Amino acid sequence: MNPDSQADLADPVFLSSLRSQMLKFAILHLQDDSAAEDAVQEALAGALKNARSFEQRSAIKTWVFGILKNKITDTLRQRQREAAFSSLDADSDADLEALFTKRGHWQRHERPVAWAQPLEDLHSAQFWLVFEACLHGLPDQQARVFTMREFLEMDSVEICDVLKMTTSNLHVVLYRARLRLRECLENTWFLEGEKPC
Amino acid sequence: MLNCRGVTQLLSESLDRELSLSDRMNLKIHVMMCSGCRNFGRHMKVLREASSRYAVGEVPTQEEQSRTGERNA
Repeated sequence: MNPDSQADLADPVFLSSLRSQMLKFAILHLQDDSAAEDAVQEALAGALKNARSFEQRSAIKTWVFGILKNKITDTLRQRQREAAFSSLDADSDADLEALFTKRGHWQRHERPVAWAQPLEDLHSAQFWLVFEACLHGLPDQQARVFTMREFLEMDSVEICDVLKMTTSNLHVVLYRARLRLRECLENTWFLEGEKPC
Repeated sequence: MLNCRGVTQLLSESLDRELSLSDRMNLKIHVMMCSGCRNFGRHMKVLREASSRYAVGEVPTQEEQSRTGERNA
């Protein structure tokens, strides 16, 4: 347990991998490359200034992502003028309707199965590649709302305020995002390589 | 009576707001009988846990994982 934070931030491999993770994260939220670059730059500058107070890579990473989240939230708040949240994107969700029968029951082959050891999978780098791919597969609006809620941990009132949407719209968009993500994870990760017994 | 579509929506909403007592009761009854929706509810929790780790960057990269692997080997 000796990793030295200064060595870490001086380690170009660690720094560049951290930077690219942050950038990806910021772009996902801000949908704007240069605003994302700015946020990452500021967060990293803050981290480098205070590097001495951190003892482990994970602590640095958590802390830097914390700063980044704040920067992103600020930017989102400043974007009040942003295009009003357009009406629900029903067309792109036709595939979600197909999960259920007309009477609202699961289609037999779409019924969610039990996932084996999902929490252990969170330690697998491959799992996160799948997770990110599924995230990037969300329609833009759903991705934006989902990340505000789950990554930035903004509450419903804040999100509705920033995006100018109603609470019930918000709930529907979150539901669709989760439905889609769950489906994607199950199909591309949890069912992959598992044999039915 | 709630169908699976309604139940899954409520399971999602329960992550964002306090459900009413009758919603909670209806959920409980449905989930008891329906393994698909029961699994769905568990998956919502996994999604939330995964998201909160992702948000703070607690995600091993392949490069980090192979390094740990070598160390443990």
